[in-house]
Amino acid sequence: MKLWPVVSGVARRTLKNALTNPQIVLPTMLFPLFFFTAFAGGLSQLRHVPGFDFPPGYTAFQFVFVLLQSAAFSGVFTGFGVARDFENGFAKRLLLAAPRRVGIVLGYALAALLRWAVVATVLTIVAFAVGMRIGGGPVDLVGLYVLAMLVNFCGFFWAGGMAMRFRTIQAAPLMQMPVFLVLFFAPVYVPLSLLQGWIEGVATVNPLTYVLETGRGFIAGNPPHVLAAFALAIGMGVAFWWWAFLGLRKAEAAGG
Amino acid sequence: MRTARQPASFIPPLIFPVALMTVNAAGLRSSTHLQGFPTTSFLAFALAVPFIQGALFSTMNAGTDIARDVQTGFINRLSLTTLRNWALLVGQLSGVVALGIVQALFYLAVGLTAGVHFASGPAGILVLLVYAALVSLCFGALGAFLAYRLGSGESIQAMFPVLFVFLFISSMNAPRNLIGVGWFKTAATLNPVSYMIECVRSLIIVGWDPEALLLGFGFIVLIGIVSLALASRALRLRMTRT
Amino acid sequence: MEADNGIEVEGLVREYRKGPRAVDGIDLTVAPGEIYGFLGPNGAGKSTTVHVLTTLLPPTAGTARVGGFDVVKEGPKVRTLIGVALQEAALDPLLTGRDHLRLQATLQNVPKSKRAGRAEELLHRVGLADAADRKVAGYSGGMKRRLDLALALVHSPKILFLDEPTTGLDPQSRSALWEEVSLLRREAGVTVFLTTQYLEEADVLADRVGIIDQGKIVAEGTPAALKAEIGRPSLHAIPRRDADRPEIEGFLARFGEPLESSRDVAIRLRDGLGLTDIVRAVDADGVDIADLELRAPTLDDVFLAKTGRTLEGATEEAAVEHGAGG
Repeated sequence: MKLWPVVSGVARRTLKNALTNPQIVLPTMLFPLFFFTAFAGGLSQLRHVPGFDFPPGYTAFQFVFVLLQSAAFSGVFTGFGVARDFENGFAKRLLLAAPRRVGIVLGYALAALLRWAVVATVLTIVAFAVGMRIGGGPVDLVGLYVLAMLVNFCGFFWAGGMAMRFRTIQAAPLMQMPVFLVLFFAPVYVPLSLLQGWIEGVATVNPLTYVLETGRGFIAGNPPHVLAAFALAIGMGVAFWWWAFLGLRKAEAAGG
Repeated sequence: MRTARQPASFIPPLIFPVALMTVNAAGLRSSTHLQGFPTTSFLAFALAVPFIQGALFSTMNAGTDIARDVQTGFINRLSLTTLRNWALLVGQLSGVVALGIVQALFYLAVGLTAGVHFASGPAGILVLLVYAALVSLCFGALGAFLAYRLGSGESIQAMFPVLFVFLFISSMNAPRNLIGVGWFKTAATLNPVSYMIECVRSLIIVGWDPEALLLGFGFIVLIGIVSLALASRALRLRMTRT
Repeated sequence: MEADNGIEVEGLVREYRKGPRAVDGIDLTVAPGEIYGFLGPNGAGKSTTVHVLTTLLPPTAGTARVGGFDVVKEGPKVRTLIGVALQEAALDPLLTGRDHLRLQATLQNVPKSKRAGRAEELLHRVGLADAADRKVAGYSGGMKRRLDLALALVHSPKILFLDEPTTGLDPQSRSALWEEVSLLRREAGVTVFLTTQYLEEADVLADRVGIIDQGKIVAEGTPAALKAEIGRPSLHAIPRRDADRPEIEGFLARFGEPLESSRDVAIRLRDGLGLTDIVRAVDADGVDIADLELRAPTLDDVFLAKTGRTLEGATEEAAVEHGAGG
């Protein structure tokens, strides 16, 4: 029994819904652009704060955060779709038709990735159009996008796991808020070294901080702690995959 | 009454702006080291934002509530009574204004507890509360206009990102003189939300700044007059249609 | 299991957390190519049984084999064999009818070259060709049921589960669906497991019927055999005036056991008695009756005999207690 037909079927359908319905496509596309505009545009003077040292400039500094944020939220928004499918009963069709049900989760994950790929492409074009400078080479950029891809998987597997446990769109705040908090408890506006007070303590223990710093390092051409960042991202990806897999088992036990 | 009975309509406007302010105040604290930054406390600088952000939530809530009245046919039934249009509009907006004042008191309490010093003193706090009520009324009227015009709660909710654009493309996180990107500075200068935030901010960190107060009150009164006129006209049209 | 498209169930139990036993130890066998009607009121356990047999719900106890495969241990193999149309059509309002068929064909691994043709064929077969490219959100209830049936047939399943397929359909669509089900069995040898709360449906369509009430199978057999088991016909008398009712009840009690009926006075006739015997006695005793009717046993009589309630009454009770659902 092949897995790919289920993965591709679910991914194609989910992606079609996500890209052809304005109420789904607009927030996914507009929010990252909006955050990028507001942060990179409104806060650019932060580069003059004593101790702020990021040669490519504040636009590139914020681009990395918004790229990771869009990756995580493309995953979360796809999780909303999973919850909606369970709420309106469509998930029953998938559970009944898919010989290997793990393919359903992988199909949603593939859709989340492709959905983010569209957002990331637009975001990157806009960033270069407004004059973003980069210091890293092609390998660094590949590193950045692979890291973001892992964040996308984490975002989806977390939200998808919640969606399959609660099976209602009313759980959306529970899927969204923790991701929002993890993102904003990282060094969003200035590097970790310039944070003070409680946020510094929180950011230091926040795994996303290291992923973000490595990502910014990639775009500057001197990525710090690359292995640690990838190990963290892969570790979180595996943990959240397991969370989603157990969520599928819960949904199966409940009959969809 | 209805506003008070629905936790969903008054808890998010209280919590979210404070949460956003807390996160931003922590992350942007180093902005105060920039030359020309008007205060040494970013929290004092940021405290103005929840007042305006909460009012934007009021727009959505008022709009969604009134749209529900339109959808359920409640407005239709009222059109059969002798109730005057303006009385109906005042009735529907009074809850929004009351909520606006409660929100403002909450933000004040959060600010004072966190150690923010009000440069304009107790009289300034009073002016701040009057301004908060005015902002809620004017934004509430805008929500009412959208509701009478569109007649659907979902359409009102879809306007939410638009309101956020106005909030974020403003002097919310940085004073206008410290916005480095040209087009952003121009947009923030043209955006009336900047002047509302700066009006509240001046009472907190400057004291009595006639220019900031005049611009803040001037813009909100202007928006209020236009919104109330539009809402009243849209209500009249809806009543005639039914 | 000797054949590859039958169903065997032994001691099947399904309990919901903090709830009663929805299915309480049922045993049944459906032969390959047979149409099995599962008849019962709302809340009897019909849909839960279908959910377990189609691998949507795990059983609490007991075993079930569908097409020779265990529904718990060999779920993926079961799912490749079966087609399912659930009581509430599982459709995505944002997709078109054609999108649904393509998706289903992909999930079921129908060869790529055949997917479009199969979708077209089924859309015509269920009368949705004109609406194929409209979003399902705009479909009527009947259209959704027909699309659901088409989806169940995409991969030419050997076993078809239809959970109350005609509930909410107009009489014309109902007849069309009955015809379709009969055709599937006749031409493709498909085994059909059909749940229904309509007596007529079970009577017309099913080779054999299982009657389920409160999670237990209370009777099973061909419709003819079940009715023959009840054997004796019922006699229904309509009083001319309501005031005559007690007198008629007393009179008819001499000829059989009384039956519960709000509309008329009814008895199950004793063996050896016929309508002519009653008419003679009415004449002799001068009893004033507006109308007399002799009725052959129905499946409702079978249900009544086995549970002490009519199917209609049990459905209303269930609606009051639990709301709809099986």
